[in-house]
Amino acid sequence: MDSGLSPQDKKDLDKFIKFFALKTVQVIVQARLGEKICTRSSSSPTGSDWFNLAIKDIPEVTHEAKKALAGQLPGIGRSMCVEISLKTSEGDSMELETWCLEMNEKCDKDIKVSYTVYNRLSVLLKSLLAITRVTPAYKLSRKQGHDYVILYRIYFGEVQLSGLGEGFQTVRVGVVGTPVGTVTLSCAYRTNLAFMSNRQFERSAPIMGIIVDHFVDPPCSSQRPANMGQPCNYRAPDEEDGGPFAGVQDSQEVCTTSFSTSPPSQLYASRLSYQPPALAGAADLCHPAANPNQMLHAGKEGGVVLVPAQPPHGADAHLTAEHAPNTPGSSGDDDGLSQSGEGRRDEGRRSVSPSDPVESLNAFTRKIGAFVNKPSTQITATSMDLPFAAFAPRGLDSEENDPMVQPPDSPPCPSPLQASLHSQGSEGSGPQDDFVMVDFRPAFSKDDLLPMDLGTFYREFQNPPQLASLSLHISSQSMADDLDSLPEKLAVYEKNIDEFDAFVDMLQ
Amino acid sequence: MNCRSEVLEVTVEARQVEEAMLALLHTILLHRSTGKFHYKKEGTYSIGTVGTLDFDCDFIDFTFVRVSSEELDRVIRKAVSEFKDALGNSGSDGMGQISLEFYQKKKSRWPFSDECIPWEVWSIKVNVVNLANEQERQICREKVGEKLGEKVINVVEVINRHEYLPKMPTQSEVDNVFDTSLKDVQPYLYKITFQITDSLGTSVSTTMRRLIKDTLAL
Repeated sequence: MDSGLSPQDKKDLDKFIKFFALKTVQVIVQARLGEKICTRSSSSPTGSDWFNLAIKDIPEVTHEAKKALAGQLPGIGRSMCVEISLKTSEGDSMELETWCLEMNEKCDKDIKVSYTVYNRLSVLLKSLLAITRVTPAYKLSRKQGHDYVILYRIYFGEVQLSGLGEGFQTVRVGVVGTPVGTVTLSCAYRTNLAFMSNRQFERSAPIMGIIVDHFVDPPCSSQRPANMGQPCNYRAPDEEDGGPFAGVQDSQEVCTTSFSTSPPSQLYASRLSYQPPALAGAADLCHPAANPNQMLHAGKEGGVVLVPAQPPHGADAHLTAEHAPNTPGSSGDDDGLSQSGEGRRDEGRRSVSPSDPVESLNAFTRKIGAFVNKPSTQITATSMDLPFAAFAPRGLDSEENDPMVQPPDSPPCPSPLQASLHSQGSEGSGPQDDFVMVDFRPAFSKDDLLPMDLGTFYREFQNPPQLASLSLHISSQSMADDLDSLPEKLAVYEKNIDEFDAFVDMLQ
Repeated sequence: MNCRSEVLEVTVEARQVEEAMLALLHTILLHRSTGKFHYKKEGTYSIGTVGTLDFDCDFIDFTFVRVSSEELDRVIRKAVSEFKDALGNSGSDGMGQISLEFYQKKKSRWPFSDECIPWEVWSIKVNVVNLANEQERQICREKVGEKLGEKVINVVEVINRHEYLPKMPTQSEVDNVFDTSLKDVQPYLYKITFQITDSLGTSVSTTMRRLIKDTLAL
């Protein structure tokens, strides 16, 4: 038996260890990206899948790993470490775990390099895949985005576990003996998440499975927790062998879904889908997504932006595009416009064929509904045969004459149904007997009381006067009255105690 | 040759049985599957690529990695589903055990049929509990997730001892070692069996074993 390794075997072994190290880093980083990984099995070998496993190679990660290795291989005393840390949007960071690929002196001389070592390294990679989903940082990384991101740092040399806090746990992924030493892969992970519990990041989800970040409130960002973690690149100057490893400082990268060149400060940017610029100004207005086709996205400004995900109708797409160049003031109304428009559309659908986008477009602009802000250029009605023709603006621009905004006086309504449907009638009973005229009176549509649009309304009533009943002297007075009347009330209740008991029994 | 036997034990709620079993069985099979072998001349072969897939459990706070093969997933799900039904039918305090056995086939001469020689058996003991309210269920979700994580670590520990594995077969022998029926991956030959213990905590097999032991002890 050879005591030494044949040159071919040595070359192979070095190659295996090098690519094993690179694949290890890929697996770890990809497991912390925050999304599910899926690769396909292929029955025919492609020749580029190391260890017969389909592990994608993210170029930046490979680049960082190669930079950290700097042409060396993990050896005795030279471990390759991947440090995973968490960084909040306020800039606090905390080390979560450190994965170490180490080599020790215990050699297995008899083992076959090209076959057994290779297969065992493959099994070890599979184990790594399994274990990366088990450590606590996995769940944290799946929830990253709004409040924190997960970062990775690759370094080479001595393993540093001091940043993991007290009581960190270690899990050994596996070992593979080789003729030059034993490869060991392990993970040390933090168990003390005290820093995070200050911020209401719970390790375990609260009851009823509510997402924790609903309750994280920005005001507490002004406080700094006592045991704040160090920023990831702090440790870099402490490392030995500053020469080849000087580049480690720069290897901190953001593990987000996209690996574009977006700067790390835009924590939200990488998680967003496209937002039409028109609606960005509506940050102040938080419309609940009444229409299921519209979704709320966290905006770059931290506000809430309404994004129509899929216009249900061709016309909608026209509309939002049409109102694209907007002043911020009226943009909120346009939200309402598109929102109410869809509500309107349902109503109008009876009369307007939805398959004709042009007609429905025209019909829509005439049906002015809630939150309306009349566009300056009015599309006037042509001679279209519409059941609501009575309300069609007869070529008038002014709001006062628009019958939808200011419904005409109620004509004598013979039908009790119609009478009950609108308090301020509309002329519908006349020419359209087969339709029930529903006097659509959305909020803020009438101008006679308060001649203002929704935006103005909001601005004016942002700070309403305090309720009279809440003012101090009156409340104290009523408190005193209450206390005085309390004995009488109690006496009455005691008298009627049987009634109350019967009521409670009835409920049970 | 001795057959390696490992036992894992989990306590879950009824609705978690399926996912817990899938998690453990798939984790084991991930390690015990390779790519498809393509034999070339002169006895060499190349190996296909195994893809992986993350699976989020619905009833447990847990994600596991499985081999990216729909065929294999179907087979495992079918077996787990039968186990789950049997467990459900057994009574309210279900206890059962599902076993994943890796074996090698040894061809015997006619008229004897092929022998199946197990080389690794994984037994997963399941204890089903009923929970009273939503709060307990939520806690159970997390606890079972943590427990499954521990079991995955146990599995990995055993597998990484690199103990006996069948030798890589020649082309003619490959079906004695591997399951070559799947299109995209090639697990070692395996079979899944289960047994349900009745509410007295005994199963037919344990009763028989006890009888035989007692008889021999006399």
